[in-house]
Amino acid sequence: MHRTKFFDHVILLAGVFLMIAPVVVAFMTSTHAAAEIHRDGLMLTWGGHFDETYREVLTRQGGFTGKVTGARMVMNSFILGIGFAAGKIVLSMLAAYAIVYFRFRLGVVFFWMIFTTLLLPLEVRILPSYEVMTKLGLVNTYTGLIVPLLASATGTFFFRQFFKSVPDELLEAARIDGAGPFKFFIDILIPLSRTMIAAIFIIMFVYGWNQYLWPMLMTNDESFYTLVRGIKQILLVWIGSQIPDYNEAFAMAILAMLPPVLVVVIFQSWFIKGLTESDK
Amino acid sequence: MAHVTIDRVSKDYQAGVRAVDSVSIDIADSEFIVLVGPSGCGKSTLLRMVAGLETITEGEIGIGGRVINHVDPADRDIAMVFQNYALYPHMTVRNNMAYGLKNRGMNRADIEKRVAEAAAILRLQDYLERRPRQLSGGQRQRVAMGRAIVREPAAFLFDEPLSNLDAKLRVDMRGEIKQLQKRLGTTSIYVTHDQLEAMTMADRIVVLNGGRIEQIGTPLDVYRQPQSAFVASFIGSPAMNLITARGESGNLVIGDQTVVMDGAMTVPDGPVTLGVRAEDMKPADHGATAHLELAIDYVEELGAGRLVHGHVGDARLALSTPSGEPLSDLLPIVFDRQRLHLFDTATGRRL
Amino acid sequence: MKRTQFSSPVLPYLFLLPQMTVVFIFFYWPSVQAIQSSFYLEDPFGFGSTFVGLSNYTDALGSGEYLKIAWFTAVFTIVVTFLSLSIGLLLAAKADGVIRGSSSYKTLLICVYAIAPPVAGLIGMMFFDQHIGPFVKLAAWAGWDMKVGINYYDTAFAMIVVSVWKQIPYNFIFFLSGLQGVPVSIREAAAIDCRSPARRFRTVMLPLLAPTAFFLLVINMTYSLFDTFGIIDVIVKDKAANNPITLVYKVYMDGFRGNDIGGSSAQSVILMIVVFVLTVFQFRFIERRVHYN
Repeated sequence: MHRTKFFDHVILLAGVFLMIAPVVVAFMTSTHAAAEIHRDGLMLTWGGHFDETYREVLTRQGGFTGKVTGARMVMNSFILGIGFAAGKIVLSMLAAYAIVYFRFRLGVVFFWMIFTTLLLPLEVRILPSYEVMTKLGLVNTYTGLIVPLLASATGTFFFRQFFKSVPDELLEAARIDGAGPFKFFIDILIPLSRTMIAAIFIIMFVYGWNQYLWPMLMTNDESFYTLVRGIKQILLVWIGSQIPDYNEAFAMAILAMLPPVLVVVIFQSWFIKGLTESDK
Repeated sequence: MAHVTIDRVSKDYQAGVRAVDSVSIDIADSEFIVLVGPSGCGKSTLLRMVAGLETITEGEIGIGGRVINHVDPADRDIAMVFQNYALYPHMTVRNNMAYGLKNRGMNRADIEKRVAEAAAILRLQDYLERRPRQLSGGQRQRVAMGRAIVREPAAFLFDEPLSNLDAKLRVDMRGEIKQLQKRLGTTSIYVTHDQLEAMTMADRIVVLNGGRIEQIGTPLDVYRQPQSAFVASFIGSPAMNLITARGESGNLVIGDQTVVMDGAMTVPDGPVTLGVRAEDMKPADHGATAHLELAIDYVEELGAGRLVHGHVGDARLALSTPSGEPLSDLLPIVFDRQRLHLFDTATGRRL
Repeated sequence: MKRTQFSSPVLPYLFLLPQMTVVFIFFYWPSVQAIQSSFYLEDPFGFGSTFVGLSNYTDALGSGEYLKIAWFTAVFTIVVTFLSLSIGLLLAAKADGVIRGSSSYKTLLICVYAIAPPVAGLIGMMFFDQHIGPFVKLAAWAGWDMKVGINYYDTAFAMIVVSVWKQIPYNFIFFLSGLQGVPVSIREAAAIDCRSPARRFRTVMLPLLAPTAFFLLVINMTYSLFDTFGIIDVIVKDKAANNPITLVYKVYMDGFRGNDIGGSSAQSVILMIVVFVLTVFQFRFIERRVHYN
């Protein structure tokens, strides 16, 4: 018995090492100077340049145009993450409410129209989507960054499942208690969905924050860059430089992963519940 | 308080699927009516039509003289207690009870007063600030009752309100609900599949089967004069013995034995279904003429008495006897011949 | 659906309006456009387009380059799916077994889920960097002259390592919650019936996990096909040259770097069909899963 448990722990520790070590190394290396890294490789120790490097990354006017700072990118990432999560929750709760709680003729048609969007990820229709955005003049706007990402049914599917699990009698009791569609939604359904809303918010925030391809297409004005989008820019700047700014690249990577990782770790139980119960 | 009239009401779920078939019941003011029947008999559907949660396909339902077929559930002046209570999980007990009143625009002081009264009646004063999940099953049930009481409605509708409780609590709550209803005098329609609940609580029982009314009557009526073999089998525990017999010149032939009737009741010639309750038979005294000899299969000891299971030919019979000495394999029995019930084998109607 | 529902002539449409607007403008319109332009040859200078029938499709499917990429995509998908599923399952099984420290293990093992693919790609690139990368030094020590970004197979190796690393937490979460969803009574019954824990896991737990595993199989395939875009883009940096890329990356390269709109659209449509098949499979499966539980 003891022996098996011991090996279980060995395997788990190996797994943890495998998952976490790269992140730790990335962070440690980011606190060293670029020349040091260039000479000695990746670091496992504290380098003491934390302040300078991160201040530099956050405040220096960077990029080709010199318009964007790291802080600006952090802000853009938050706008995208929060805007996307909030938008997703509002749109999908309303749509799911209509589909589950109303009897209307086109209900089934709308249901299928929304759920077809699950079939095709954004990646397979990037080019025409980009053209549509150009026609609408939404390139380099926050609207263009956020709203098209909302065109998928994951959230609606999620809320639909949840609403269906709410006992029918609750609606019946509320109707006898004199609650109409609005009152029921606001007084009963939203409070009941609080945990679900939190869970979806976390999942969607991480999803929005981590968007890469879409921001890459939609924003060529650097003042709209998100952190994740900025990653590629760093790499492009490197080409031809003598000593690449390894430290700054790692610092960017750490900044770009910190908020979503924190959110996931802190709200772990909600996050797991939301993820596994929705079946995305 | 009001009388409720259900006039030739039918419900079709889809064309051809009739859940309730032309049901008429007149419910007097303050009456406690129990709708009883097996699952799928249409009892809940009927109740939900009264509540306004299902549309009415045909017929009319009136509460207090007002036809309410197309009135919104909220405006029917009814209150409903659900099987799973349907308490709002995010609201305190107080708010659960107050919610309907708030939606009606009642002023705060009146709401407070009504909630306090209901809480006093139901002994919920100490729980008003709790949420449903912090309460026991019995307490939740009482909150559901409270939510109905504060409304002071014309009628209470109960949809199997006790079936989520354990056996002992169910018996207690049965009494409580009955007492409460007597005290408030509110017309009540109560749906259950438990015949014992129906017997113990109802002023009148409505037995439903396959969407139709089998019989309406007081509990004793229904027990003593079942109008059909279905009612006979459904009401009473242990269930009434229903066996196939044959009428021959005024006597009953069961298997290869003949029960001599001596004109105790008229028996038509030909096949009949004979109904006899376990307590309406007993072992024949020594020396007395037995009506039938029962081959005993097994005996259930119940403490107060025992239930003897046996057979005559293909017909199985159970009779209750006082506990006592062991029985021989072949038991001579006598019937209380006035209390035999005869039903048409084809239609099941009482003869 | 619900036993009782509201009926209102306007409200449901009102509630659906925002979602439907977004879906129409940003999903149906572009999708239809993609299908449409896949049948046209666009003039490179933007002076109109000509209908060419299926030739964009035949061009794509007939080109050796496209088939090579398709082949790589398939191998990449299978390898990434297999590795990340098995490692995820192994860790979940172990995490489910231990009592001490199980919540710390869980936290540490899931946090990589939140890292964006390109960020994972960036970190991976550093580990495979020609100058500073420890993996390259390790490989050199073993006699392997690793040249990620230059050698086709070395680059593929790096892509797979990073993609698997990024996906393990997701599979871990699902397998762990699947395992923890197995009722205690079943575990106890199994413990009475079978003495060997390994055998018990194989004969009782694994069959109960099958629905989760099938669901994850589809998810992992879509992940490998699409979500790895960021990883690949960071590793090859727009220069496909001699590097392995997946079909989605090819769509992007042809459409945005090569300006071959018709060809890119035709490839999009081919991918749509692949995803469609995968998703239909998944839906059928989820349905069965619901019955199963």
